Amino acid sequence: MAELIRVEGLTRHFKIGGAMTRSTLHAVDDVSFSIGEREIVALAGESGSGKSTVARLLARVYQPTSGQITFDGKLLARIRSRKDALAYAARAPMVFQDPFSSLHPVFKVSHGVMRALKLHQPELSADERRAEAERVFEVVGLGTDMLDRYPYQLSGGQRQRVGFAQALATKPKLIIADEPVSMLDVSIRIGLLNLMAKLRDDEGVSILYITHDIASARYVADRLLVMYAGQIAEAGPIEDVLSAPRHPYTQLLLSAVPDPKAPPPGEEALAAAAGESGEPPKVIDPVPGCRFRPRCPVAVDTCSSVTPELKLARGREVACHVAQGEQEVKAFS
Amino acid sequence: MLEVSGLSVAYETGGSPVRAVQDVSLHVDRGEFLGVVGESGCGKSTMLFAVAQLLSPPARITGGDVTFSGQNLVTMTDKQLSSVRWRNLSVVMQSAMNALNPVTTVGAQFADAMRAHGTKSKAEIRKRSEEVLALVGIDRAHLRSYPHQLSGGMRQRAMIAMALLFTPDLVIMDEPTSALDVVAQRSLMTQIKELQRRLGFAIVFVTHDMSLVSHYSDRLMVMYAGQVAELGPTRKIFTSPLHPYSKGLLDAFPSIRGPRTELAGIPGSPPDLSDIPNGCSFLPRCPVKRDECATTVPALFQSDDTQVRCLLHAPADTEVTRG
Repeated sequence: MAELIRVEGLTRHFKIGGAMTRSTLHAVDDVSFSIGEREIVALAGESGSGKSTVARLLARVYQPTSGQITFDGKLLARIRSRKDALAYAARAPMVFQDPFSSLHPVFKVSHGVMRALKLHQPELSADERRAEAERVFEVVGLGTDMLDRYPYQLSGGQRQRVGFAQALATKPKLIIADEPVSMLDVSIRIGLLNLMAKLRDDEGVSILYITHDIASARYVADRLLVMYAGQIAEAGPIEDVLSAPRHPYTQLLLSAVPDPKAPPPGEEALAAAAGESGEPPKVIDPVPGCRFRPRCPVAVDTCSSVTPELKLARGREVACHVAQGEQEVKAFS
Repeated sequence: MLEVSGLSVAYETGGSPVRAVQDVSLHVDRGEFLGVVGESGCGKSTMLFAVAQLLSPPARITGGDVTFSGQNLVTMTDKQLSSVRWRNLSVVMQSAMNALNPVTTVGAQFADAMRAHGTKSKAEIRKRSEEVLALVGIDRAHLRSYPHQLSGGMRQRAMIAMALLFTPDLVIMDEPTSALDVVAQRSLMTQIKELQRRLGFAIVFVTHDMSLVSHYSDRLMVMYAGQVAELGPTRKIFTSPLHPYSKGLLDAFPSIRGPRTELAGIPGSPPDLSDIPNGCSFLPRCPVKRDECATTVPALFQSDDTQVRCLLHAPADTEVTRG
């Protein structure tokens, strides 16, 4: 698979506090991954883990503190002119979480698509723009009569399809989708996930699917990146990671996913679950060491002094001193 | 203990009223855990608000009774209600971020609630506040904390502690875990269940996430378009759902285990509650519809210990009435 985007050592810090309490929030720390062509990569983690910051770095909303992003062989940091910036925005658009606030309420839903076309393909005539808008609406499963509706006339699922249509209008290579289905009802979600798979298979688009819902990630994604406290804890083909998670955090995350098909948990499992309160760490002025250490039942001495790096160990990329060793890790089940 | 019969709520808008809840009947026994699931706009929150008598205009109860420990809440005056609320029946709201007052401490809000319900002694208020915080596993030092100093999970637990100030018989919870991550969510669910076991209160738990309550609720109520679609033992609905909507909901959840299969979800979207079509309200989305579904409004049929609103499960000997 040809590589589309490569992220190396991506880091983004934010300054917080006043003059006396100046400190640094490490939202994303030394994150590296790549996305191939025609590939859906899921980026999963709890709120505050830095998922959305990664999305915004890829979309050039934020500039990285350090590290680099290479898209189609070109460094994003080299983008200087408005022309290059526009060209990149067209090839890597974003789809947002909330379909109720991401569409302008006083314009017809075709507005966003038409504007994108006007901006990115100025050579098109009005008729050609209309034809292209009709095409992308068909692709995302909305009838062409929807083009002349207003956002309030559409359901949440339809609005989110408009979001994908807007992204698709600019002929993208990569769609950065930040929690695109989390605001939708379960009966609607599957339709959108199926649409994402269709965009990959038929339109050849790659998608970075940011989510906290592992089950939906498994449904649609090829690879999974698990993020914890601004770093990638584990990465690999999604079926491999889910069937045999190596990082203790991945194991914890998977154990907590409610599964109606599983037998009800016993007394012991309930007691253990209640003790794990799931407090996400604040990564402010961190000291070296593993960030999952305070919650980790298998931590060793090294974990409190050396930050584990994401390394390939026994066929899996994992950032855990213990999991990188010879022993099988079983922290949560 | 709680008996709701024929409850209907409408929002009086300019045009035709929006019938958000129609003819809902249910009962909750002492110490029971009832899960209520449904999609947004199905009337589940409106139903809860109606049960707790918290509706405000333009919403209005248009019919039915809510009997709690032998008293009819619908006909009570505000004064009578306030003696029942919080003491015997308390409500945990959806978003703890907004439900706690951001400019006063947690302790002050606890004290406020206790004073409003008749506890005067400062020492008693302090003692009880510390007790309930301990119940949900929060250090008592946090009585002096402001809501923004607590994490999302802690705020939600503080809300639950607040609901338990007077050891009520019934706690109504409206999506208390929806803002939380899976790990925090599971932790909160197990704590709620453990508290229930120790203190013996009943819970009505509203959520849009069916899988969340699968291991915790005794009985489950599936709502669709303001009506009860199915009501029965939780395990039974999960293993053999009767209503096509319950089945569709169950099939809409991808699983992290087992084979990866393609799912279809439920096509279409829920009906406009101000313009409900004749016949079955699920008809346009139903994969197993029959001709009579378009003309007949299904009643709630009893099938063993489950109630289901679907003509497929009409007892063979009933005359299907044309509506």
